Amino acid sequence: MQPESIRFKELAARALADEPLQRSMVATGPHFVLKRAKARVALPEFDELRDAARDIKNHVLAHLDVYLEKFEAQVQAAGGHVHWAATAEDARAIILKIAAEKRARIITKGKSMVSEEIGLNEALAAAGHDPVETDLGEYLIQIRGERPSHIIAPAVHLRREQIEADFRRVHDQFNPARDLSQIPALVEEARRVLRQKYLDADIGITGANFLVAETGSCIVVTNEGNGDLTRLLPKTHIVVTAIEKVVPTLEDASTLLRVLARSATGQDFSTYTTLMTGPRRTGDPDGPEEFHVVLLDNGRSNVLGTVFQDMLRCIRCGACLNHCPVYQAVGGHAYGWVYPGPIGSVVTPALIGIENAANLPNASTFCGRCEEVCPVRIPLPRLLRHWREQEFEKHLTPPAVRSGLWAWAFLAQRPGLYVLAMRLAARFLKWRGKNGRIAILPLASGWTRTRDFPAAQGKTFTELWRERQS
Amino acid sequence: MSSRAGPGFSLRVTSGLNSSEWTGKTKHLPEMRLVPRVALFPTCLVDVMRPAVGFAAARLLEQAGCAVTVPEGLTCCGQPAFNSGDRKTARTLARRTMARLKDFDFVVIPSGSCAGMMVQHYPELFAPDTEDHAAARDLAARCHELTQFLVRVIKVEKLAAEFPARATYHDSCAGLRELGIKTEPRQLLRQVAGVSLTEMADAEVCCGFGGTFCVKYPDISTRMVDKKVEKIIASGADTLVAGDLGCLMNMAGRLKRLGSDIKVRHVAEVLAGDHETPPMADEGGDAA
Repeated sequence: MQPESIRFKELAARALADEPLQRSMVATGPHFVLKRAKARVALPEFDELRDAARDIKNHVLAHLDVYLEKFEAQVQAAGGHVHWAATAEDARAIILKIAAEKRARIITKGKSMVSEEIGLNEALAAAGHDPVETDLGEYLIQIRGERPSHIIAPAVHLRREQIEADFRRVHDQFNPARDLSQIPALVEEARRVLRQKYLDADIGITGANFLVAETGSCIVVTNEGNGDLTRLLPKTHIVVTAIEKVVPTLEDASTLLRVLARSATGQDFSTYTTLMTGPRRTGDPDGPEEFHVVLLDNGRSNVLGTVFQDMLRCIRCGACLNHCPVYQAVGGHAYGWVYPGPIGSVVTPALIGIENAANLPNASTFCGRCEEVCPVRIPLPRLLRHWREQEFEKHLTPPAVRSGLWAWAFLAQRPGLYVLAMRLAARFLKWRGKNGRIAILPLASGWTRTRDFPAAQGKTFTELWRERQS
Repeated sequence: MSSRAGPGFSLRVTSGLNSSEWTGKTKHLPEMRLVPRVALFPTCLVDVMRPAVGFAAARLLEQAGCAVTVPEGLTCCGQPAFNSGDRKTARTLARRTMARLKDFDFVVIPSGSCAGMMVQHYPELFAPDTEDHAAARDLAARCHELTQFLVRVIKVEKLAAEFPARATYHDSCAGLRELGIKTEPRQLLRQVAGVSLTEMADAEVCCGFGGTFCVKYPDISTRMVDKKVEKIIASGADTLVAGDLGCLMNMAGRLKRLGSDIKVRHVAEVLAGDHETPPMADEGGDAA
């Protein structure tokens, strides 16, 4: 799907007026926050683990080539294949080639943000394959033709009534009179549909949360067990993932896993943690005959060694979304592409270009809650500010903002004029006031449309202070 | 304990306010100085909108035994430029500000946001091992938000003020997350006769002000302040208190537009017992 991040304002306005979305956000947002807070309290060393997690990722990023080559060698030693994809197009081409060779019809998929990033489902469908998402949330947005609105809860924007209507529309093999008024009935129906798909699939595609260099293992966490079924039942398993997910050892992966689920859902551990190493070996009761790993770059290596490098530490837990008051107000679709929320506003400009995502770094109050909860301590506000600096340098800042900033900077560098301007402003903002407040203020309608503007006291503090001193 | 006051530094208010004594040494201060020289940086918003906050802050500092100066030639700390991606202007303004504040033992600011700019971000503006960077580090070590200064540096344990209010405190983001201000304002508010504190839910969640954010994204900002206002009202407080005028203007503006009679005040006003100044955006505020 084409990125629409440049339309953030318009999409946000639509989201604010979307009643079901707003009800979903209110229902789910505080839940995630509370769960994480409880998990944190329950594990006294949690903050130290976050430091350790940050250090592991920093170490990997400093030696990324070494660990990726080690990982590749270990995957090959286990009998698997590694494919390097410089771009989204390369990644799609690699997967389409495998799918064509296997004459694949049904392709089951575990949840993968990288697969969303490269637009894999559209490409597979266009080539005549039938990709089926098996994560319940991903399945819901697939049948609706939507993007995920959250990194770990892709359908968090939906209400039960909407899902019932979708199931009645898409699952026409079932009795139209069936009762779908309860959530368990919906889950049961999805399970019935998906179980057969697992058995019929020619290829299974999953993502990976971590790639372990020492063993060549891919680790995937799920709460539904769909990753295991996607991996084990088809003859071919493809892991589509990105280069920054590699970690040196299983021990390192374990440290990261300890902060991942706690930050994401407040669970100690996800229900399923699956280690996938190579194809089925002689004597294995099950597993794929062929095993492929597609390693995507897609702009990530350009970020290495820049002020933006810290973004590559991200382990996609979604905690920054859950704690972001802007995300909680507008939901994920307003961000216009694959990765929403604070991390999305940092990653998206790196992947699609700041000129195509100019609103995202600005749609933040720099409240800092994202950084406060990040399991790998990504300084998200600082990275957002660096994007604003790029925008400013590239003259992408809107003209009104730029000229306002210029006028203010002009004054602030001239104390004599500044004092005068402040005195005028203080008087004007008193004069406009009635009952202590200003109902309409020129050039600030964004404020006064919904808020009164407090009236000023009339003289400036410095003015009164000097008067008092003399 | 403030780590920013320099090694070995200690100032004690021994009995109530007004009497203070220095013990120990600091690289910033001559050994025998009894009265710390404090520059009060009023902030742009206090300067234009609400001088009462500046006077309340000055009174608190003087009561704590400080000699208060409002230095000449101060303008803005440069945060709007910094947050808009204009580092060059931010650097220029930081240099100006640092030069005018260099001769004071302490710089005190009635705002977590502007103090956060000086303490956290000024040093980031300059390359390490430059004179500017050294000056920024030096200022950062002497610079404090008002309530943090009173609690951590002066160690105020008793305030003389009286202010009848059932108050709820909003933690402004920069103060909370850049400077770690959480207990200080509450500790001081408890010392004011007549104040009872009641916590709102989500006191640490942003009110939606965010500097230019509130006019660049007014709809999102309004949704955020609506959520905040809901929590303020549910707290049962009759007075909303915070340490940053920007956030306060935003919350007061929305409360008043919705017809709420909750009074909104900067924490300095309550701590100094300023009853005369009308609450923000309130009746009579234009006649002060």
